[in-house]
Amino acid sequence: MEKNGIIQVQDLCKRFGELQAVDHLDFSVREGEIFGFLGPNGAGKTTTIRMLVGLLRPDSGSALVNGHDVQKEPVRAKESVGVVPESSNLYGELSAIENLIYMAQLYDVPKKEWEPRGEELLKEFNLLDRKDGKFQGFSRGMKRRLTIAAALVHRPRILFLDEPTTGLDVMSARGLRGVIKNLKKKGVTIFLTTHLIQEAEDLCDRVAIIVKGKIRIIDTPEALKEKVRETEVLEIKPNPVSQALPGKMEALVGVEKAVLVEDKLRLYGKSLHESVCQILNQLNAEGVGILSIQTLTPTLEDAFVKLTGVDAEVMRVDKPVKMGGPG
Amino acid sequence: MGKGLRQAYYIARKDLKAYYLKPPLISWGLMLPIVFILAFYLRNPQGISEISPGLVGMTMLFSTTSMAAIVISFEKRIDALERLLMAPIHLRTILFGKGLGAAVFGLVMALIAMVLMVFVFGLQVSYPFSLFVSLVISCFAFAFLGILISVGVREVFEAMTLSNFFRFPMIFLCGVFFPITSMPTALQVIGFCLPLTYSVDALRQSLLSHGGVIHRWLDILILAGFCLVIFEIALAIFRKRTQESN
Repeated sequence: MEKNGIIQVQDLCKRFGELQAVDHLDFSVREGEIFGFLGPNGAGKTTTIRMLVGLLRPDSGSALVNGHDVQKEPVRAKESVGVVPESSNLYGELSAIENLIYMAQLYDVPKKEWEPRGEELLKEFNLLDRKDGKFQGFSRGMKRRLTIAAALVHRPRILFLDEPTTGLDVMSARGLRGVIKNLKKKGVTIFLTTHLIQEAEDLCDRVAIIVKGKIRIIDTPEALKEKVRETEVLEIKPNPVSQALPGKMEALVGVEKAVLVEDKLRLYGKSLHESVCQILNQLNAEGVGILSIQTLTPTLEDAFVKLTGVDAEVMRVDKPVKMGGPG
Repeated sequence: MGKGLRQAYYIARKDLKAYYLKPPLISWGLMLPIVFILAFYLRNPQGISEISPGLVGMTMLFSTTSMAAIVISFEKRIDALERLLMAPIHLRTILFGKGLGAAVFGLVMALIAMVLMVFVFGLQVSYPFSLFVSLVISCFAFAFLGILISVGVREVFEAMTLSNFFRFPMIFLCGVFFPITSMPTALQVIGFCLPLTYSVDALRQSLLSHGGVIHRWLDILILAGFCLVIFEIALAIFRKRTQESN
């Protein structure tokens, strides 16, 4: 583990009853980078973030945030941190500017800066025209933007984002990713969790893949893809689609992994080109027609499947979004 | 003002601004005491003086505990309480801020009840200073009691139900409607373990200058003790619950 990381986590564990939610995590986040925690639902991402921001006590291990132990000096650790939880949980009864001023008060921002800082953030997040609108009347995208703005009122050095784009439409999610990239340019260190592989690939300087509470690998998206570059990927659109197809394909020599991605069959193997005839014959024998066939360049998703053994399909199941926010 | 006190003040101010019109507050914190006061006045207009300390005490009890239920359990349900837990604020400050908001709400309600009784029903105040101190200290004791009840539950209705489990027996055991000394000894023992008893006793002496069981300043001292003990128990539960939640 790097000793100079702005976040340093050592041997962190958390158990809920029989479930080992977080299992001996070790990692370090460098100042100024966007560090992503990528994993399926229930992998331990949110539990980790909750321990790092002092909302949950670890069973064992330690976490240093900006040089402060989150258990021994929780208030000092929280001073340099902004947190955007998964649900947009500001106060529905308060207006946008009132919410930001309240956050400035809680984070002990000098009084003369409350309103100018609030207005500056509303402008930056394109919410200035809704300055006096109550939070409970905002759309989901606007609520998300204001929640991020609220986490930045005190100019934190580190921003924690838990599933930042979950539940947003495509345009809002894209806009939010732009905001996150801008924050990085301003020198803010960003720790985000996501179950969206594409999001991790787009945003993160480094990605930690977490499955069942354990980190499988930490590296840059490029390096992760490089690890599977020698793997060939073949995508076939079969007709009809059958859930039994991956299993039958994996039985063939040369096919290391087969998964269904929506209505397409994706096959992985080191020398897949040598097995193409076999694959086509097998599909023919099963009475399965082929609507299209193509080879693919490995993506982070392919790296994820190869490195974790977890079907990428489980990552596409969007998390249920908490409804009925404040107010 | 120190940083902690400043933060507690902002928490209380926000709570009062955001929640004073919430339905449970209107029904339990405002309507119920007013209905009780009017009912007793209409039944026996001359006897309202004798019953006034109990009615003011009850007003404070219901309004503070209702507010406490809102500011803790309502915010817990919508995850907004986590906003405070994520901020660089000590748990003690958060809980004190929440209690402060509830106490101020209760004090305003008590003052409204007092104004009603003094200017409409012609009630005389014998010791204004000890009356004010009794009102303030009682509001804090009841607010922390409400906080204690609310930190352990998840929903507002659970907090309100559990509050009533304490509030209604207290009306009968603490000298609100009849002197505590007229009750059987066993019930008196229970009554002397409850803060409303000391609140009503101090108010009775401050308002009517007679009828106290113990000296009014001793009542106030005991209420201060209740404040400390109840707050520390609530804080211990709050600390345990907030760190254990998934």
